[in-house]
Amino acid sequence: MQKIIEQLDAKREAACLGGGQERIDKQHAKGKLTARERIALFLDADSFEEWDMFVEHRCEDFGMAEQKVPGDGVVTGYGTVCGRLVFVFSQDFTVFGGSLSAAHAEKICKIMDHAIKVGAPVVGLNDSGGARIQEGVDALAGYADVFQRNVMASGVIPQISMIMGPCAGGAVYSPAMTDFIFMVKQTSYMFVTGPEVVKTVTHEQVTAEELGGAATHSGRSGVADLAFDNGVEALLMLRRFINFLPSSNREKPPTWPCHDAAERKEKSLDNLIPEDPNKPYDMKELVTKVLDDHDFFELQPDYAANIIIGMGRMQGSTVGIVANQPMVLAGCLDISSSCKAARFVRFCDAFNIPIITFVDVPGFLPGTSQEYGGIIKHGAKLLYAFAEATVPKVTLITRKAYGGAYDVMSSKHLRGDVNFAWPTAEIAVMGPKGAVEIIFRADSGNQELVRQRTEEYSTRFANPFVAGSRGFIDDVIMPHNTRTRICRSLAMLSNKKLENPWRKHGNIPL
Amino acid sequence: MFKKILIANRGEIACRVIKTARAMGIQTVAVYSDADKSTLHVQMADESVRIGPAPVAESYLDIDAIVAACNETNAEAVHPGYGFLSENEGFCQRLEEEGITFIGPPVKAIRAMGDKITSKRIADQAGVSTIPGYDGILADADDAVAKAADIGYPVMLKASAGGGGKGMRVARNDEECREGFERAANEARTSFGDDRILIEKFIEKPRHIEIQVMADSHGNTLYLWERECSLQRRHQKVVEEAPSPFLDEDTRKQMGEQAVMLARAVDYCSAGTVECIVDQERNFYFLEMNTRLQVEHPVTEMITGLDLVEMMIRVAAGEPLSVTQEDIQRNGWAMECRVYAEDPVRDFLPSIGRLSTCRPPYEELSSVRVDTGVKEGSEISMYYDPMIAKLITWGRDRNHAIAAMRDALDEYVIRGVRHNMNFLAALVGHPRFQAGDISTAFIEEEYPDGFLDTEVPVEEPALPIVVAGIVHRLYMDRAARISGQLPGHERRVQDSWIVIIQDVLHEITVKPYQADCGYRVDYDGVQYRVKTDWMFCQKLFHGSINSHRHNHRFCFQVSRKGIGYHLVHRGLRTDARVLTPMAAELYQTMPEKVPVDLTKYLLAPMPGLLVKLAVREGQEVKKGEELAVIEAMKMENVLRAPMDTVVARTVAKPGDSLMVDEVILEFSKVESV
Repeated sequence: MQKIIEQLDAKREAACLGGGQERIDKQHAKGKLTARERIALFLDADSFEEWDMFVEHRCEDFGMAEQKVPGDGVVTGYGTVCGRLVFVFSQDFTVFGGSLSAAHAEKICKIMDHAIKVGAPVVGLNDSGGARIQEGVDALAGYADVFQRNVMASGVIPQISMIMGPCAGGAVYSPAMTDFIFMVKQTSYMFVTGPEVVKTVTHEQVTAEELGGAATHSGRSGVADLAFDNGVEALLMLRRFINFLPSSNREKPPTWPCHDAAERKEKSLDNLIPEDPNKPYDMKELVTKVLDDHDFFELQPDYAANIIIGMGRMQGSTVGIVANQPMVLAGCLDISSSCKAARFVRFCDAFNIPIITFVDVPGFLPGTSQEYGGIIKHGAKLLYAFAEATVPKVTLITRKAYGGAYDVMSSKHLRGDVNFAWPTAEIAVMGPKGAVEIIFRADSGNQELVRQRTEEYSTRFANPFVAGSRGFIDDVIMPHNTRTRICRSLAMLSNKKLENPWRKHGNIPL
Repeated sequence: MFKKILIANRGEIACRVIKTARAMGIQTVAVYSDADKSTLHVQMADESVRIGPAPVAESYLDIDAIVAACNETNAEAVHPGYGFLSENEGFCQRLEEEGITFIGPPVKAIRAMGDKITSKRIADQAGVSTIPGYDGILADADDAVAKAADIGYPVMLKASAGGGGKGMRVARNDEECREGFERAANEARTSFGDDRILIEKFIEKPRHIEIQVMADSHGNTLYLWERECSLQRRHQKVVEEAPSPFLDEDTRKQMGEQAVMLARAVDYCSAGTVECIVDQERNFYFLEMNTRLQVEHPVTEMITGLDLVEMMIRVAAGEPLSVTQEDIQRNGWAMECRVYAEDPVRDFLPSIGRLSTCRPPYEELSSVRVDTGVKEGSEISMYYDPMIAKLITWGRDRNHAIAAMRDALDEYVIRGVRHNMNFLAALVGHPRFQAGDISTAFIEEEYPDGFLDTEVPVEEPALPIVVAGIVHRLYMDRAARISGQLPGHERRVQDSWIVIIQDVLHEITVKPYQADCGYRVDYDGVQYRVKTDWMFCQKLFHGSINSHRHNHRFCFQVSRKGIGYHLVHRGLRTDARVLTPMAAELYQTMPEKVPVDLTKYLLAPMPGLLVKLAVREGQEVKKGEELAVIEAMKMENVLRAPMDTVVARTVAKPGDSLMVDEVILEFSKVESV
């Protein structure tokens, strides 16, 4: 017995040291934390239950038989974040460069299976050089096993990837299938093929950071949801983010005590909308002033900024926000913004998070690049997502709601539960000027007549009353009451039950 | 008494006049330009009339439009406020012709005092002491240099029609004299449409002290003590107070009596201000007389208990003054800070935009007053003066007035535009200011290279640390009450934390010490007990602190920023992160972010029009050399070379409308020091 315990202690010590002190120092020198430091930062103190510390790889080739490290390059287990259960795996770059072996993959699969069974999120802290080449097809099989579980877990439990080092080749597809990808600036990168291959194939000269760094993916590709300054900040912000999410699709989102009164009035919102209909304003001011504590956790702030998405709370309970941003591209919908919002809406719907939609949309972005890029199908994604969603949906039209984009933005017609409009709302097929050009084409030569017709059209449609008379708008509300009215609507909707017809799965226009 | 008056002004002063008129039972008419359609003064008035597009020349300076507005609304009298048409004799004359009363002095007094040369002559004749100078208009730059030689440097060049610091330049040698003449004349032309320039002796380190006078049409003229406005930045007043900490009773009386003599000499009626400069020996010299209500009039009101606007209206209606010189009180001390939408760390460049948050401190009848023309959601427009508010406090003595001001500044929350609150807090917290040791050169002397955030004095370095600790503890305690926790494994919040401020680690423990909203914080061997009922939805953290070193109430502005908190107190902006000891240790190992090198570029420091590009590509420039001129808010701002370098590329061209931080030109080499 004593001997066994001694052996156990030795193994534990070896596992904790991972690839050894020298490699740990190297990791630190790169500004990176070790796999265990990351877990310690992320989880509540002393809550981590580690599994499979003694798992070793089974590869005999290329001298691997002599190189075995207990744990095999990934630390797995569960713990709590603010007392709530979370499963976590953290790849250890100091052990074989964090490369994925069959055993490494099995460890990840094990916690994922448990997470699905008990209904708790899985968080992956990725820092891996890729497949363990010495293992060949066994490593590839390992990846596929993880992929399959990502898919099975999708929409059942929240899955979050925090990219804290390299993530290249096939390895990118596991994070790609998780709900959120966060990255750390300067120390993380993701790409399918690296700069070397890019150079030989396309002759492009590009650094790893340029090709797949945090800035690239949070600003250009939209692959990453957020980029953080460093590992510590990333993991602490991840804790805050987890606090918004329900543990699984079987639960409602968590709540916490809220001292911010639902009746809080925001008089300044009464003149948020500029007099000039073509002048932009910052939709984020509305978002923050409506949410509890003015606290908005924005996602993808630097990508497709013409639409705003993110999490907040209303009366202590999580809500998802989707809002057009008039400051960028006049708030119109284009390919990137449609995809960005659609994926977020589907996440909220999958996890019972009510969606608040703020609408000021002049339409879809015109142009060859959009049409050639397939705006028809991409725009349809957002339409599909809103139409399919059965969670409570509260919509507020602040100003423009023109054309098909009006329909798309969680309109009454797509089963919006409560649809409000501010007095400044204009719900029409298009702006007055464009409409007159079409309806009264014959008068186009007569400036005075055009002006008159435009004014007529404005009086008729540049207001919320026509839509109101049809019941497409439930009420016209004063801006300063927005928080109160939305809080009340959400409270009314808290026991909403709506089911879509049974099917194997819908066929979203991918 | 009038039934209805029109206020030919905008912003805080229009609101100020409307308040008094309303209290007197007089109906009010506001006028507005297109840019001011939904501003506070329009909302407060009983009626309002549009008078033209946004530019002042087509609206607030348009005499025809304002007279038309009077006639349209049957307003019997006009209060002009300050600035705009308040000292315009043409306007005054026109009103007289139309049979509308001007709530201000008679045309003759405005004319006599409006011209600096005439006013100086009259002052001389009335036996008021004046500054040595040349008694006439300068012909050109050469003339300026010749006259300067007679008077002796340093000299002051100033626009005859000027005011508010525009069109004024100090010169200490011939070269500066020439440049100053050109600049002053240019500014005078654009600001006042009158480029006549005067010259006089420039008095070093003078104090600016002015006497408030009030006269009726029955021959009564009073002085309502003095105001000291020595804290100025480029001749713009920043902080004003009444009384002056510098005057003795004798000088005060002499100044008051001379001011009354001057007013009598021009048959003055209504409120006026006789501005003097006072040298270190308490010799005072007449500077000019402002024939209108001054921006800083509230400090006089706070110590005398009089309403100057009410007095102006009554006098204009022909009533005699109801008080005599003996009745004028001098009770306690009042102080005023001008809160501006301008960025002190960027050379005070104006900032425009929407006031997304604007929460003035709570007004208390006797001690805190906020004169403002904006509210949360208002727009600071590029067309007008970017003033947000005048913050006025009163105390039974100077120290109490200062203390009240510092508290009021702490509670004033403004977001959306840049503002000068930190600068104001630094000024009123400055030991020299607190000692009353000030002059008009104070700001230049104390902040010779401009104002930096780091120049805000830190009086209680422990306080931000303690507050950050409590804020974080409150956040953690709430998070620990989140639903869905594993039974028996609920989150327990630890007491030990590390507060990181500017890469310095501070160990603290934070424990609740009473059931009722109290915390005990141990830091650096001191135990602090802090009581607060702050909650996360509040922008102001009010608390009281109790330790062997501290025992007082305080207020912090608190907002969350990523994993940290942004705290503002006494003008000091602190970014604090509160981490567990383990996280703090790891945080130390994180690499520092290298900021992008922007010194390669000359960036537009503010939105504005590029009126001049003084250099071409490939040109070598010396540090301090003029590179470009941007016009914004009617002011020409010269951008100078930050170092010896070469212009590699010009990006913007004259006539371009620039956004803030837009690249104007690129330098090719950066001389390392």
